[in-house]
Amino acid sequence: MFAFTVRRILQAIVVMLVISFIGFAIKHNFGDPVRELVGERVTPEERAQIRERLGLNDPFLVQYSRFLVDALHGDLGRSFFFKRPVTEVILSKAPATLELVFCASLIVILLSVPAGIHAAIYPRRLLSRFIMGSSIVGVSIPVFLTAIMLIYIFSVELGWLPSFGRGETVLLFGFWESGLLTKDGLLHLIMPSVALSSIMLPLFIRLVRSEMMEVLESEYVKFAWAKGLQPRRVWYVHAFKNTLLPVITVGGVQLGIMVAFTILTETVFQWQGMGSMFIESVSRADTALMVSYIVVVGAIFVVVNTMVDLIYGLVNPTVRVAGRQ
Amino acid sequence: MGKLLSIEHLNVDFAMRTETLRAVDNVSLAVHRGERLGLVGESGAGKSVLGFSIINLISKPGYIDSGRVVFQGQDISTYNDEQMRTIRGNRISMIFQDPMMTLNPVLTIGAQMKETLLAHASISDAEATAICLEKLRKVYISSPGKRLTQFPHEFSGGMRQRIVIAISLLTNPALIIADEPTTALDVTIQAEIMDLLLELCESDRMGLLLITHDLAVVSQVTQRIAVMYAGTIVELGPTGDIINRPQHPYTRGLLGALPQKAGDSRRLNQIPGVMPGLAKIPPGCPFNDRCNMAGDICHEKRPPLIVKQSGNQVACHMVD
Repeated sequence: MFAFTVRRILQAIVVMLVISFIGFAIKHNFGDPVRELVGERVTPEERAQIRERLGLNDPFLVQYSRFLVDALHGDLGRSFFFKRPVTEVILSKAPATLELVFCASLIVILLSVPAGIHAAIYPRRLLSRFIMGSSIVGVSIPVFLTAIMLIYIFSVELGWLPSFGRGETVLLFGFWESGLLTKDGLLHLIMPSVALSSIMLPLFIRLVRSEMMEVLESEYVKFAWAKGLQPRRVWYVHAFKNTLLPVITVGGVQLGIMVAFTILTETVFQWQGMGSMFIESVSRADTALMVSYIVVVGAIFVVVNTMVDLIYGLVNPTVRVAGRQ
Repeated sequence: MGKLLSIEHLNVDFAMRTETLRAVDNVSLAVHRGERLGLVGESGAGKSVLGFSIINLISKPGYIDSGRVVFQGQDISTYNDEQMRTIRGNRISMIFQDPMMTLNPVLTIGAQMKETLLAHASISDAEATAICLEKLRKVYISSPGKRLTQFPHEFSGGMRQRIVIAISLLTNPALIIADEPTTALDVTIQAEIMDLLLELCESDRMGLLLITHDLAVVSQVTQRIAVMYAGTIVELGPTGDIINRPQHPYTRGLLGALPQKAGDSRRLNQIPGVMPGLAKIPPGCPFNDRCNMAGDICHEKRPPLIVKQSGNQVACHMVD
């Protein structure tokens, strides 16, 4: 397990290097740090001097390694709009996004597993047909439409839920603005999480169902029946444990993708997270912020994937042994 | 010898999209107490379907259309799922073909053994462990205590099949149905596994229904052989008689295709043609289009399985 963990972490580092390289290439080609530093009145000669002093005339790789060293020290540059280090800006926006993704993932996992299993075990039942039918509908409706419909029904018509913002938040550990601890914050979380999960939930139901159906056809499940085990044991121990393996690999990646999916949801619900921050930074041409968003989201993605692989290693005994050798 | 299992006029159908196919056609067969019966035939002859239909575990869309399966005096073909569950793995155990696929890859051997015991008897975990260890020793697995905590991928194919056999022995069943238990193993291991099965059946007086296409394997282990062709039994008799004096043209063809029976001719004898698919079984005798003895009657009437002069039961118009 130790060797397996080390290997996975090394792979993650390589992926992060590639992401940082792409990020830097964007910054190098599109951003003009001088514009971000000085006003309109500075003459071209002075600009050239500043460029030289900042090392912007150095070869690409030299600049990249400098960027990398700075990034490792937590310095990804300054946002010219916020006039603050981008890490600070992102850190202040991250909790909103992560809590949103966390709640949406919770909805996806808690609903898709029982629904998928039911649809796999009883494919002919009415409830299964309903689950599969509505999952097709769910996956075909775009997130922004789901979000707007939710707002129309539950905020405008019924007036049950707030339509925008995070509501009342509590400051944790001095930097984490959490909406999970107040009733108002939780109420604000409901619709954005439902909207965000609306795409992933049907995909997960279909994934769980198809994997489970495949496993139910396997020889070892047939043998489990031939041993005279109770149906519960065959389904939830023999079949489900094997269903989990592919669901963890595919599912983990999908949950990582959800971090990037928040852009739409955050925009519709005016959720002050990284997604809406990214959209704003694009319209303001805030290159440093854009690039660091890409790097940070990439990092989240890599961390999620690495964790997924480690969990997979825990569930699948053959991987554990491969790691031991 | 009393009858342990008696299959009476069993028909098993598969409901396909456009038609219903009969995979097992009016089969009657008995296994006596402690008897080892071989069920032989080509792939697709319906051997496995027949085996699985005994414990009503036929893959969809197959189902028992009519007939009875009487086990220890009770018609178990009418049992519901819960009643059948108390038979499966308890009084009738199964051994599957491919030991690589039979054991669940994510559960330990111990878990897969104990659950069988706990599903059929209310015993403590410690008692279950003790029985598992005893059965593992019986199939000659070394250091069984350590094995219980291991996963299937840590074993070789032959060892896995021993473990599957140990699982089938756990509840001291009256009958074991072994569906091609050695087909997926290499030849030296095959002999080892067959010897083990033979030894266990003899020592515990267990009934064995051995399903295989391998005539060498059945002749080694069984007392009687039933030959199956296209869903029907074409010949049934004591192993020695079937092997040495086959009556039915199909059985003769099968034995003639064996290297040691082919005699001096350098080429192996072949039965011309292939076994018809379930949808294309000819009227009359199902073997008529491949048979060199077939007459007019063979195309009109299906021959019944009756005792002939030799003493074997043969389903052929042309054998006296």
